[in-house]
Amino acid sequence: MKLSEVKEILDAEVLVGEHNLDREVYLACGSDLMSDVLAFVKDKVLLLTGLVNPQVIRTAEMMDIKAIVFVRGKKPSEEILKLAEEKDMIILTTKYPLYISCGLLYSKGLTGQESKQEGGHET
Amino acid sequence: MKLNFEVDGDEFILAGEASSQVKKILKQLGVSSEIIRRIAIAMYEAEINMVIHANGGKIEVEITPKKVYIVLKDTGPGIPDIDLAMQEGYSTASEEVRELGFGAGMGLPNMKKYSDDLKITSEVGKGTTVEITVYI
Repeated sequence: MKLSEVKEILDAEVLVGEHNLDREVYLACGSDLMSDVLAFVKDKVLLLTGLVNPQVIRTAEMMDIKAIVFVRGKKPSEEILKLAEEKDMIILTTKYPLYISCGLLYSKGLTGQESKQEGGHET
Repeated sequence: MKLNFEVDGDEFILAGEASSQVKKILKQLGVSSEIIRRIAIAMYEAEINMVIHANGGKIEVEITPKKVYIVLKDTGPGIPDIDLAMQEGYSTASEEVRELGFGAGMGLPNMKKYSDDLKITSEVGKGTTVEITVYI
């Protein structure tokens, strides 16, 4: 799914990387636990989280995650956005909560489901 | 190639900076992205642990054409029972650390999962040394 579609489905605002919305994500991972995210190694993953601190960007960096959606209208600080920009990431923010955001993307085809064990999950 | 890092224990915001630099260097060296990701995750988990449990420490990274060998040394409180600490879900992290998204008891299991060899030596009251090896 293209990030421009993600933006539309979640009625999201783009905070970083407006010009890169043609990039694709294949899977999604919704979690507030970064250790859990770090156990989830896949390519082209979209991270949805309600956690807002610089370690979200760091975690994404280690995982090669290039796109993050902050849910429930959360907006990261300038410092966090700057770090994301340096790492060539796309940052979106949506007013929907985590569960609804994941549900909307899932129902539109971003299932994140390769196997029951390793697919997109929610914490 | 040998790299040395000092990790500041008071700056949670900066935790991960050393892992980020190692990741960048491995990319420049042309190491495959899958291997880099394994090294980056294992080192990052260890670096985070160093900050949240031991007030920082020192990291040495040795890169050869065959492997990446990372040694993380701290002078923190030590781990009384390493087998227990290796169990998924076991954590002694504070509530504050959990609010930051860590302390789920996945740090050591993740390090083991992503490294080819993981060695932890620890003495209570003196500190912990974590050795991570990933073959390229």
